[in-house]
Amino acid sequence: MLDLYGRGWQMLEGGLVTVQLCLTVLPFMIVIGLLGASAKLSRYRTLRVIGESYTVLIRGIPELLVILLIYFGGTIAVQSLAEAISGKETRVDIPAFWSGVAALALVQGAFASEVFRAAMQSIPIGQIEAATACGMTPMQIFMRIKLPQLWRFALPGLNNLFQVLIKDTALISVVGVEEIMRKAAIGAGTEKAPFTFYLVAMLMFLSFTTVSLLVFNYLEKRAARGVARA
Amino acid sequence: MFEDFIYVLGKYDTWLWRGFLLTIELLVISVTLGTLLAIPLAVARVSKKVWIQALPFAFIYVFRGTPLIGQLFMMYYGVGQLIANIDGIQDHWTWTYLRDPYWYCLLTFVLNTAAYVAEIMRGGIQNVPNGELEAARACGMSPWITYRRIIFPRMWQMIWPAYTNDVIFTLKATSLASTVTMMELTGAARKIVARTALPYEAFISAGVIYLIIVYSLTFGFKGIERYLRRSEQRNEPKTGRAKAATSA
Repeated sequence: MLDLYGRGWQMLEGGLVTVQLCLTVLPFMIVIGLLGASAKLSRYRTLRVIGESYTVLIRGIPELLVILLIYFGGTIAVQSLAEAISGKETRVDIPAFWSGVAALALVQGAFASEVFRAAMQSIPIGQIEAATACGMTPMQIFMRIKLPQLWRFALPGLNNLFQVLIKDTALISVVGVEEIMRKAAIGAGTEKAPFTFYLVAMLMFLSFTTVSLLVFNYLEKRAARGVARA
Repeated sequence: MFEDFIYVLGKYDTWLWRGFLLTIELLVISVTLGTLLAIPLAVARVSKKVWIQALPFAFIYVFRGTPLIGQLFMMYYGVGQLIANIDGIQDHWTWTYLRDPYWYCLLTFVLNTAAYVAEIMRGGIQNVPNGELEAARACGMSPWITYRRIIFPRMWQMIWPAYTNDVIFTLKATSLASTVTMMELTGAARKIVARTALPYEAFISAGVIYLIIVYSLTFGFKGIERYLRRSEQRNEPKTGRAKAATSA
């Protein structure tokens, strides 16, 4: 039915790279999101301003522009940094994969910080007061009280973000990372069959987003198992 | 550093200006047509009959579940090639339009926006309080009048913040047109980088223009939100804080 001219394996390889991209970005996204949310809810004005302006800036700029800026600009920045340290002319190449990961982590981290901020604010203040009264340090409060509940409150938002992340990895094909879209473009070009290759690419993405949706729905049910339903 | 910014802005200001205009054009047309298309989709999506809601469901699911860049390539390269293969089409007068990436971009953005907007509209329609629908039926309103007088005004009120986000999403999505050789804002910036090898200056200039558009849009849409919620404000004038909490 779908003749891929023997390039089926290459599409699968591309699928593997897409999965790698998603799973590499995920931890960075969560850490940046938690840091951003803590900064926004901080007692200190400077941290709040930094946190807020980070989301405000990222929210307004297209992801593609961020990816291009980091890919083309990041190489120059790292290169001049390396030259300043070593004192001689050096040539640095940031692999497209990692500049893509950096760009997506930066973008998704901003959205994740909004999700975590909302989740942190849904934790009843009485629990924090009780923990303080028990003599817990802020770090202990975070690890024992906030983080376990954050998970449950943040899951619906993270579900959404992960969907967006899967779809955004396709943008990294623009800087040449050989994930699904790039492999499809190569196949479409050499075999003169764009419709077939892009159709397969879309079906692969659709199956990824569907699997992610199912997994998150399961996790949401699981995270809510200790909670009385209204 | 700043000399380079002044150099880029001074020498390539027409490129950026034209890019800005094309970005706005793509945004306005996509959002307008996308929203118009989303209304019947959303209405069909909330239908109780499976065979009516199946098609919009599939449409929304596919367009929300796949990357926009893939949809664009599928449309421009995929469908474009199928059209190009039709016998004699290249001599037909429509060919000038059929090979222009502009129309493929617009079509993709319109369909994509329609899918996202239809999904939020579905949420809005389903959240209209049941009592209001019963009241409308008790007054003898036909389904069409109920939609026009009760459901749609209510829906817009509820979905407006999400709709604003979606318009901003579409604005950012227009940057993808640069991948099929369109010279909108991102395309102009990419061309400047190719010409001058000054990535920071060109991309940051474009980024600042995007930020200006986004925050003007946010500001304007906030104003419309106040207009949509005008009836609520009149009823409870002195509960500003409490209301702000519920409407957030």
